[in-house]
Amino acid sequence: MVELDHLTFSYDGNREVLSDISFDLKAGETIGLIGANGAGKSTLLKILAGLLTDYKGQAKIDGLDVNKKNLAAVRKKTGYVFQDSESQLFLSTVYEDVAFGPRNYGCVGKELEEKVMSALKQVHIEELKDRPIYRMSGGQKKLAAIATILSMEPEVILFDEPSVGLDPKNRRNLINIINGISGLKIIASHDLDMIFDTCNRTILIEKGKLICEGETEKILTDQRLLEKSGLELPLSMQKRDV
Amino acid sequence: MSKLQQAIDNLHEADREAGKRSGKSRIHPVSRLLVCVAYIGIVVSFPKYDVTGLLGMSLFIIITGILEDLSFIKGFQRMKYILAFVVLLGAVNPFLDKRIVMQTGGVTVTGGMLSMMTLFIKGVLTVYAAYFMFMCTGIEQLCRALRCLKVPKGAVTVVLLIYRYIIVLLKEIQRMSLAYRLRAPGQKGIHIKVWGSFAGLLLLRSMERAQNVYDSMLLRGYDGEFQYEILGQEKTGKGLGAVYAAGWIGIFLLLRCVPVFQMAGNIFLSIGQ
Ligand SMILES: Nc1ncnc2c1ncn2[C@@H]1O[C@H](COP(=O)(O)OP(=O)(O)OP(=O)(O)O)[C@@H](O)[C@H]1O
Ligand SMILES: [Mg+2]
Repeated sequence: MVELDHLTFSYDGNREVLSDISFDLKAGETIGLIGANGAGKSTLLKILAGLLTDYKGQAKIDGLDVNKKNLAAVRKKTGYVFQDSESQLFLSTVYEDVAFGPRNYGCVGKELEEKVMSALKQVHIEELKDRPIYRMSGGQKKLAAIATILSMEPEVILFDEPSVGLDPKNRRNLINIINGISGLKIIASHDLDMIFDTCNRTILIEKGKLICEGETEKILTDQRLLEKSGLELPLSMQKRDV
Repeated sequence: MSKLQQAIDNLHEADREAGKRSGKSRIHPVSRLLVCVAYIGIVVSFPKYDVTGLLGMSLFIIITGILEDLSFIKGFQRMKYILAFVVLLGAVNPFLDKRIVMQTGGVTVTGGMLSMMTLFIKGVLTVYAAYFMFMCTGIEQLCRALRCLKVPKGAVTVVLLIYRYIIVLLKEIQRMSLAYRLRAPGQKGIHIKVWGSFAGLLLLRSMERAQNVYDSMLLRGYDGEFQYEILGQEKTGKGLGAVYAAGWIGIFLLLRCVPVFQMAGNIFLSIGQ
């Protein structure tokens, strides 16, 4: 579904932010993308979403090259949940914002309403449908932002730090929601406990290089590997050791 | 609540109200836009001493306000700075044009006073017309109307982004001035020394956020076209919209060419005699 082949990217043409990354992800998987601050996680997601196109190497989504020519088709297949939900949401009410994507793809009337309501139901915020977005809490905005993506029914969903700013209950809630979404999911995060609870495979990057990829359980229990890349064991693992 | 917060809330509130109203409206936004432009053009074209003629034109504003359930007071509150500016524009006229045009009892009316009146009325009417039109269409429908009128995609996207950018900018100012005030307690306003870096940073930060908003639109399939068909409008839209536009523009032209109110007054007077 998502194929990267020797992908290299630099913002300024000098310093490589991502270098020589290759992997192959299948439909239905949930992938954790971990790495310290500045490792290049967000950059990688932006490339997959078609926001940064002048990379070297190859990036394919569902067989389509991610390049300027295929942009519309690629974007139809992918959804990107921003780290900062405030700038992802720009219309006045939750309903309007969730309807924005399907509308752009020509959906109207009953069909539109069904898509919007089903997306809101998946994140359990049906009752916020007519609420003005500017009067919602950070956690509610995050859920609304996820709904704006779900309503487009993408085949690949990219999450950038989805659990940032959520309280424990909402974080749990989010984990359940992510687990309930079908399709390929790629989650970039430092929240290794969340990765542990949602992802079957994990990719570790450090300073733009792919360090290793494999089963989540193997990678997240390897203390030496994580610490070498500037990360720590998930909290739940740390307790178990004592 | 701070003034800034009020401004942000005001914008959001107006945006939401407009969105709601346009979702229910059965009149196509193109008709509304055309009527509004025609209205403004005709109001502006009235001669500078024709106060009664202009008062006749206020019919459109009053009827629209009543039919669409729009609040004149809220409109005044939202538009007060623009209205104040319009009043200021006319305020110099009495000093420039001192020709006497009317004398009733002890009161002399100069040309400047009359033209100040007409300028003031023209200002209020056009501001209200634009405001009411916006409140009935909302920014998305307005942009869609512009697209229907073959305004290029790029230009329409710029209009849309400027509108969104204003909110982003206000919020960024709020955030940065809060961060500043928290670390500079007891200080009034922002010290002049940091204005330069404050403004520069503000520009960079708000531009980054505006870029995010635009990315978010692109990622959800926005390509400069507006697929905002509202079912009621598509069905009855063309016919009803055409009647609406033709009707109002006809009335405007009538009011402009025939001094209807003066004639009515004369008839009353002649009956009285
Ligand atoms: N717009 C940009 N222009 C230039 N350099 C950038 C830009 N955005 C990010 N970078 C640089 O690219 C590198 C990777 O950034 P990226 O945001 O992808 O990291 P990240 O893994 O998402 O980090 P974090 O965990 O802090 O979100 C960083 O060194 C960063 O400074
Ligand atoms: Mg990041």
